[in-house]
Amino acid sequence: MKYLLLKHYRGGPAPAVDFPPMDQWTPEEVDAHVQFMRDFAARLHESGEFVDMQALSADGTFVRHAGQGRPPVTDGPFAETKDLIAGWYIIDVDSWDRAVEIAGELSAVPGPGGEPLNEWLEVRPFLGAEAPKSSE
Amino acid sequence: MSGLDEPLLRDLVPAVIGVLVRRGADFAAAEDAVQEALIRALQTWPEDPPRDPKAWLVTAAWHKFVDAARAETSRQRRELAVDAEPPAGEVAGADDTLRLYFLCAHPTLPAAAALALTLRAVGGLTTRQIAQACLVPEATMAQRIVRAKRRIEGLPLDQPGDLATVLHVLYLVFNEGYGGDVDLAAEAIRLTRHLVVLTDGEPEVAGLLALMLLHHARRASRTGPGGRLIPLAEQDRARWDTALIAEGVEILQIALAKDRLGEYQAQAAIAALHADAPKVAETDWVQIVEWYDELLAFTDSPVVRLNRAVAVGEADGPQAGLAALAGVDADVPRHAAVAAYLHERAGDLEAAAELYADAARAAASVPEVEHLTREAARVRQLSRS
Repeated sequence: MKYLLLKHYRGGPAPAVDFPPMDQWTPEEVDAHVQFMRDFAARLHESGEFVDMQALSADGTFVRHAGQGRPPVTDGPFAETKDLIAGWYIIDVDSWDRAVEIAGELSAVPGPGGEPLNEWLEVRPFLGAEAPKSSE
Repeated sequence: MSGLDEPLLRDLVPAVIGVLVRRGADFAAAEDAVQEALIRALQTWPEDPPRDPKAWLVTAAWHKFVDAARAETSRQRRELAVDAEPPAGEVAGADDTLRLYFLCAHPTLPAAAALALTLRAVGGLTTRQIAQACLVPEATMAQRIVRAKRRIEGLPLDQPGDLATVLHVLYLVFNEGYGGDVDLAAEAIRLTRHLVVLTDGEPEVAGLLALMLLHHARRASRTGPGGRLIPLAEQDRARWDTALIAEGVEILQIALAKDRLGEYQAQAAIAALHADAPKVAETDWVQIVEWYDELLAFTDSPVVRLNRAVAVGEADGPQAGLAALAGVDADVPRHAAVAAYLHERAGDLEAAAELYADAARAAASVPEVEHLTREAARVRQLSRS
């Protein structure tokens, strides 16, 4: 069954540790972070659990219809308080537990000093797949 | 596919479609008929290879077309030709294929549609191959092609099209990227080589081919392990394909000698000057700036001005580069990255770090974000020490 792992720029519960932005790390810390992400994706490919991965630009806006013949209303760019999605993984795994396990691994991506970032990730099952459940 | 020369078949596709269209077939129907003829070729050629493959395909496709056209009006008259071994028929001239290029790159088509149709009708790629190369689902690509065909329905093929539009589409194909079984850069080079022959060495067509070859020659050195970007200055020049560079330079020189300069020749000249330098320090930046000035005369775009500012920075120093950059719209992609680089060279590390971080936020791809974030981190570390 398929699950979406959503990575947020902002939003979600308060972060476990408040790290500075990545451009203020050392180049070696950036390299370790990037390498972890690559290895992580490679492991998912190898286990046959990878479906898709996309990163989104930080730019974007909310849009809504404003009535016939009028241009749509936009709201943005994002204010500080709004949630902003950075990107996603789609995985196809045997169980909810496995999805949570994978998200946990991804959250441990190293940050400054090689310490795990422990950032929050959102895990959402796709509708139409089996309902999420614990393994027997 | 054994026993069949697939590249030959793909080369024949546009010529055969061109003949059918000239004889009055609608483009979409012609394309369908040629696909069916190809299937028949796959079945029969291994056992019974034709003497003249192009003539065979023209005849077979024409029969398929006539057959399909008749099926729509009077089903009784379908008996003609289907089982008969097609006799040798009229062979397409280069002109038909050239018109097909123009039709597929018609100005009324959106860029993505023109690209797909060109790969399909001129390149002879399957819908599946095109979809894989463009990283979209096959059904999406099939629909895009159907809509493109509908859009050019009924357009006459009897007038010359706009060569500049064709070149633009081919350059789009080249820049589209790589994936699946098909390398679009290599495919674009193949098609452009073809177009050079069809247009009898038209300088701008040759210029585009030279430009593609010179870029392609450096492709392997542009990324490191895991897709990491490697900037031009840090590339391992031993990995550049010297044979491709030599070919690109030669094609460019012949084009330039015809003395009808255009934007692709100017861009190729810049690429050639980069490719010519055995070490980055030996790059002839003064001449590169001169070529950017030529290029500006043809296409005064902010992107060209941005790249020119980089060249000015190398030729005349970072302050001159920053002065040139001041005249470029700050919304142009990579503007912040260029500003960051020039500030770093001018010794203003703090401004450079901020600009690299800005550039990372505005970058359009994951490798670029990673590269620019790392640059910001590197310069911040320098400024702390």
